[in-house]
Amino acid sequence: MIAATVIELRDIGVTAGSTPILRGVDLSVGGGEIVGLFGANGAGKTTLLRVIATLLRPADGRGTVLGADLSGDERYEVRHRIGMIGHIPGLYPELTLGENLRFAARVAGIPSDQVEESLQAVGLLGAIDRQAGASSHGMQRRAEFARELMIERDLLLLDEPHAALDQDAVELVNGLVGKIAANGGAAILVSHDRDRVTAVADRSVELVDGSLR
Amino acid sequence: MWVTIPFGAMALLLIPLAIGTDAVLLERIGPGLYWVIVMLFGVLVSVGRASVETGAQRDASSLLGLDPAAGYVGRSISAAGLLIVFELVVGAVAVVLYGFDLIGIPWLAATLIIVAAGLGLLGSLAASLVGSGSAGSALVPLLVAPLSIPLLLGATQAYEGLRLGDSILPWMLLMAAVVLVAAIAGVLTARPLQES
Repeated sequence: MIAATVIELRDIGVTAGSTPILRGVDLSVGGGEIVGLFGANGAGKTTLLRVIATLLRPADGRGTVLGADLSGDERYEVRHRIGMIGHIPGLYPELTLGENLRFAARVAGIPSDQVEESLQAVGLLGAIDRQAGASSHGMQRRAEFARELMIERDLLLLDEPHAALDQDAVELVNGLVGKIAANGGAAILVSHDRDRVTAVADRSVELVDGSLR
Repeated sequence: MWVTIPFGAMALLLIPLAIGTDAVLLERIGPGLYWVIVMLFGVLVSVGRASVETGAQRDASSLLGLDPAAGYVGRSISAAGLLIVFELVVGAVAVVLYGFDLIGIPWLAATLIIVAAGLGLLGSLAASLVGSGSAGSALVPLLVAPLSIPLLLGATQAYEGLRLGDSILPWMLLMAAVVLVAAIAGVLTARPLQES
């Protein structure tokens, strides 16, 4: 069951040492919504994604993600419903693409026969035995999208989702995002490519020096 | 690992060349030298294993629902497995060069396992404490080396006890205590360290 409000942030602040990274961030994202997040390098976009993913505890403010308080232990219970693909691949380079997905399936408690199905959906079934470290950046990103397809998240956070992807893969990403939104989930797309993101997003917000505009 | 093993074996080979081929002296100081080499090179193996996971991989694992404590234990077991291989290979070189008596083999095996577990846990804990940056990697050996001194003392004294027929239980308990403390500290701090 997905809450009507997927993300609710109020006055969120994050600092690194004495340097503020995020300041007074307010953001509300409802179920079925796709939001584009823009901002210059160093504006705090990745940090905001990590806060929303419950991976980084904010120093100030309060908020909920998928109904779980960002400061409470219940945030651990919703993590498996949040997918995040950063601009640096999170695959294990020594493992093959198939082994990476089998590991994910095992941890997430998903039958391993879905691995082949997901790789097939992103056009990577033929590369199932290829080492992730020997695969191109675009293939690694496709494999990560295959993982998210397999796990069926309720909230998807994508950092530069269209980078290093060909047109087929871009359509695949847009399809995945649209599917999550259609199921009542939400997605945030961080990008410098405004045209591609605004074509998919319902609305856009911009981070400037750690504050949302 | 495959770089560290030859260097560890080479260190054992060079010591007799440096101090002379006094068989009695080598037999006496050999066990201590062996464990010093295991500690110093073992820290490198352990740290290398613990630092292998990037932030992106840790984030991906967390969002799959993997408990950070499980990740810590997994990294430590992986490092300990490599350390056991390192101990066995370098140990074989030490037996040939220094003429160790392989007495009390079950106790020797237990010592190897406990030391490997201790170094694996301490290396993973220290790597979590200082992060995966290059400056952090440089700090890890400085953190692990002092903490592993009880393991060095325990392992050396346990072999000496076996050789002389004394009780080695206190030394085994000392090493086991280090393993237990490192395991508890690592498990309890895994989540806060990951989110810091």
